[in-house]
Amino acid sequence: MNPYLFGYLGAAILALSALSLTRKNPVHAVLYMIVMFFHLAVLYLGLGAEFLAAVQIIVYAGAILVLFLFVIMVLNIKEEMEGERFSGGWPFGIAIASGLFLLVVLITGNIVPGQQGPYTPGVIAAQTNTKLVGTLLYTQYIFPFEIASLILLVAVVGAIVLAKKKLR
Amino acid sequence: MDLLYNAVFRPETYSPLIQVLIILAKALVVVGVLMLHVTYATYFERKSIGHMQVRLGPMRVGPHGLLQPIADFIKLFFKEDIIPASADKPIFFIAPAISIFAGMTAISVIPFFSGFVVANINIGLLFIFAMSSLNAYGVVLAGWASNSKYSFLGGLRSSAQVISYEIAMGLSLVGVMMMAGSLNLSEIVRAQQRFPGGFFWPQALGFFVFMVAAFAETNRTPFDLPEAESELVAGYFTEYSGMRFALFYVAEYIGMIVMSLVGITCFLGGWNGPFAIPYLPFAWLFIKLYLFIFFFYWVRATLPRYRYDQLMALGWKLLIPLALLNIIGTGLVKMLLKG
Repeated sequence: MNPYLFGYLGAAILALSALSLTRKNPVHAVLYMIVMFFHLAVLYLGLGAEFLAAVQIIVYAGAILVLFLFVIMVLNIKEEMEGERFSGGWPFGIAIASGLFLLVVLITGNIVPGQQGPYTPGVIAAQTNTKLVGTLLYTQYIFPFEIASLILLVAVVGAIVLAKKKLR
Repeated sequence: MDLLYNAVFRPETYSPLIQVLIILAKALVVVGVLMLHVTYATYFERKSIGHMQVRLGPMRVGPHGLLQPIADFIKLFFKEDIIPASADKPIFFIAPAISIFAGMTAISVIPFFSGFVVANINIGLLFIFAMSSLNAYGVVLAGWASNSKYSFLGGLRSSAQVISYEIAMGLSLVGVMMMAGSLNLSEIVRAQQRFPGGFFWPQALGFFVFMVAAFAETNRTPFDLPEAESELVAGYFTEYSGMRFALFYVAEYIGMIVMSLVGITCFLGGWNGPFAIPYLPFAWLFIKLYLFIFFFYWVRATLPRYRYDQLMALGWKLLIPLALLNIIGTGLVKMLLKG
């Protein structure tokens, strides 16, 4: 990946996340988040994960954030904008976050790159990313895949139970 | 002539800078053709619905009203641009732009004839889903930013409708992906050459679900609840006027053209036809496109609007199960044929 592109994307993602956190108007916050998700998708594209990039936009930007907007729009925005953006404990939160960041910085010096697997960029380009992800999900990783689908099914059943007022 | 052929079909023989220029030129050609089609799609709609209702439609400007779209454009261009005092201005300004850009970007992955695509990417179909889901933001944000009750109700209706029908639309195209074994739209068209009539017959169920979902995604009658003029004035763009109103209007037609092109590419064999037309490799695609657009108008003149609960019930209880059934059926047949 081009280091300049990576630099731009990293800086933009950080800046947009910060903007999204500090906006008083929740709709504006969600909009900055959408732009951030697009940058994230481009980051995936640069790493050769085109399927992930498309899913990132379809699922996060296309579905989840529309639902966010849907809920936020029904709120009383004026009331939201009166109060303080952060609750009292924010210096404490920042202290913990910077501690974690320091830890990450200290660790990155000692990272040993793992052995290269069979899926090099050349192999992925020949077979297309989507096909490889599908094949691996349904062969090598079928068990975790099934567990994930079961968890989602439980969530779906739970949502229906919550939404239904009286159960017969 | 050779130079032109190489530029269109084998751009990789040139240096990167020229390749970028070639892509830009292709994009300009596509946008130009698209805008021309949008302009005359409005005229075509007024004429065909007029004749269906036993009237003539626009007749005054030019012979048979042929210059009417241009007169409309000039009028909208010089109209006063009114912005509601309590609107959220930045969002109010970008909402129509989001709508129109999402539609136009989706066109870039559609193959117009063998080898002519602005962006020939492997995830073409997913890219179209991504862009059509982005389209919802234009409508939702316009509804919210206008700070008007009618607009707001239109925006809310639209967001729920688009999310529901996007699932049905995505699932209806899974059968096509399974049969073609690819997400690249050019590959999907090539895979259909073995079948007479494309994937229309083997994927008839998927096509039905896709068409119904396409009407809902583009907010066309019988699912035009986000802009239901008898209840919500004009729904999400009630407060828009002048050029911004025109942008929404254009975005709606672009949405219709994109959905038609996706349907043609995925189910009706794309640029292929019963016989090759010399010198016009894109002729069949455009003939099919005009038939699709006529179908949109025909349905508008025929069917009344659905009630909102009927719309939701249709999407969740009929279309999604049908699309799932189609996926299982396609998979079973594929396994049986494989032996």
